[in-house]
Amino acid sequence: MAQQTLLSVENLTVQFRGDAGWVNAVEGVDFAVRAGECLGIVGESGSGKSVSALSILKLHGRANTRYASGTIRYGGHDLLTVSQRRLRQVRGGEIAMIFQDPMSSLNPVLSIADQIMEPLRQHQGLSARAARRRAVELLEMVRISDASRRIDDYPHRLSGGMRQRVMIAIAVACRPKLLIADEPTTALDVTIQSQILELLRELQREIGMSVILITHDLGVVAEFAQRVVVMYAGRVVESAAVPALFERPVHPYTEGLIRAVPDPDADVSRLATIPGNIPDPSTPIAGCRFNPRCSEAVKSCRTEPPALADAGAGHFARCPPRIAAGRTA
Amino acid sequence: MREAPIVIVRDLVKTFAARGASLRAVDGVSFDVGQGETLGLVGESGSGKSTTGRILVGLEAATSGSIRLFDQEISPASGKAALRAVRRRLQFVFQDPQNSLNPRMRAQDAIAEPLDVAGGLSRAARNDRVRELLEMVGLPRSCGDRFPHEFSGGQRQRIGIARALALKPEFIVCDEPVSSLDVSMQAQIVNLLLDLQERLGLSYLFIAHDLAVVRSISARVAVMYAGSIVEIAPRHELYTSPRHPYTQALLAAIPRVKPNKARAAVVTGELPSQIDTVPGCTFHPRCPFAFERCRAEKPKLREIAPSHLAACHLHDVPA
Repeated sequence: MAQQTLLSVENLTVQFRGDAGWVNAVEGVDFAVRAGECLGIVGESGSGKSVSALSILKLHGRANTRYASGTIRYGGHDLLTVSQRRLRQVRGGEIAMIFQDPMSSLNPVLSIADQIMEPLRQHQGLSARAARRRAVELLEMVRISDASRRIDDYPHRLSGGMRQRVMIAIAVACRPKLLIADEPTTALDVTIQSQILELLRELQREIGMSVILITHDLGVVAEFAQRVVVMYAGRVVESAAVPALFERPVHPYTEGLIRAVPDPDADVSRLATIPGNIPDPSTPIAGCRFNPRCSEAVKSCRTEPPALADAGAGHFARCPPRIAAGRTA
Repeated sequence: MREAPIVIVRDLVKTFAARGASLRAVDGVSFDVGQGETLGLVGESGSGKSTTGRILVGLEAATSGSIRLFDQEISPASGKAALRAVRRRLQFVFQDPQNSLNPRMRAQDAIAEPLDVAGGLSRAARNDRVRELLEMVGLPRSCGDRFPHEFSGGQRQRIGIARALALKPEFIVCDEPVSSLDVSMQAQIVNLLLDLQERLGLSYLFIAHDLAVVRSISARVAVMYAGSIVEIAPRHELYTSPRHPYTQALLAAIPRVKPNKARAAVVTGELPSQIDTVPGCTFHPRCPFAFERCRAEKPKLREIAPSHLAACHLHDVPA
């Protein structure tokens, strides 16, 4: 398996304009995707997982967003500073994206054919006939039966699962090097979710693309990704290979989150909880952002912002007390 | 032997008119809920689970079938008057506390609204009751004058629960009460519902699409597909020996944090959009075990083991 880095996000800080000035939505975020792998980014509401992913293609509205620091290294360039022209080539061509809600990402007044053909004509310069032929192939590739007839349907005629298949067909039309999937199965029923994840896994192998999978669902990450980044309140708190993270989580937040997931294979009644509430990004919290909810917080946790530190074997965590105590992978 | 159930539902049917045709959203559903018991009702979109819950609390009228609540017959014929008599003993917790709370109403007034409607309490007694309810759901007594947007999603759901508890109900229909919440908040709310049940002797119908959450809260679980209950059993039984192929598929599809090697295969296909047009078992187009009879005859829910019912021809042993 290829191990070279395809894209790396370094020290990314993104700010949104709030009522009381600029607020850090994410701060000092680092992660890297290797060629051919699936990287999961997991976190709860307000963790900054989607903000980080949308920043890769600079998809935030310009008026209310500021990229206050950081670089996004891809193909020898920094995507935060490349020309608009180059960025347009990358978007939808080399790096594609799918979203949670396929209904609002598809144009309701255009047929499926029009929407799949657009990137093919835009990025690959195909003729209308060639693009249509390729579009039918793509629908077959995402296992839509009777593709040559379904292609002239409009989005409202399709079920949620079918719409997500169409979104995936559009995303992989130009054989991207990287697919960013932002909660791609969250709006779908569980039996449809497993079909879509299976499809993504097959396409990833066929095309040899990398996938960044953003999700709140730890189970999806555990089954689908090779490596995982855990975010909390705008920061990366832990990153590791999937088996290591789930078997030996270092950060107390990661550990609490894993334990809070209800187990479909056990008759447990009281669930393990993390006390307190998820902080709003604008709430100032000194030291570690998790310290008000952490049962192990010591004095330095309340004053010193912790660094993401090496816990050994490619496992990183932002918790100095646990790392010092040898809670390592 | 269990006590007499407080909720008895028989052959419940709800038909909606859709694009000139009629759609059977609920197609002959029967179940009981015992005193102090939680019955989990699981299913995917379009299974009819929410419609069933809404009919129970009177938010929808059934097309046919019978409902007995606390020994009182509620049928399409007896209508709203009979429901009014039992309504105080019956409450509803909604999925999305963001949309079910009036954004311009302070928490204390949202919680007190059912008390105000029912009447008969002095101002002081009303306010005491509100503070008591806030405490019961784990919110500070002092937060009543805040508005919904000043609370987190988990806290808003606590307000929704406090409001449901205001009139001291005995039975609560919870419709996806934790599905819009983050994992760490979800666990807190599930535990709160369990604590309240223990303290107040409540019975729940817990409607959800998430089988893992349902396992943690329910004593028995019913699985719905395309308007019908396909399987119902005590929770341990249902999760460890599911007998209907749909239940097996649903359990297999849950992405696991802890790997489970004994999983069934992923099911193909989707829920039929026109349920009425599928002859026989509505699951047969997706069922890996379907045979001739499944395509012709709709299977009835029948007991296949003590307290374990399934609607599947595979388990129909001819006499």
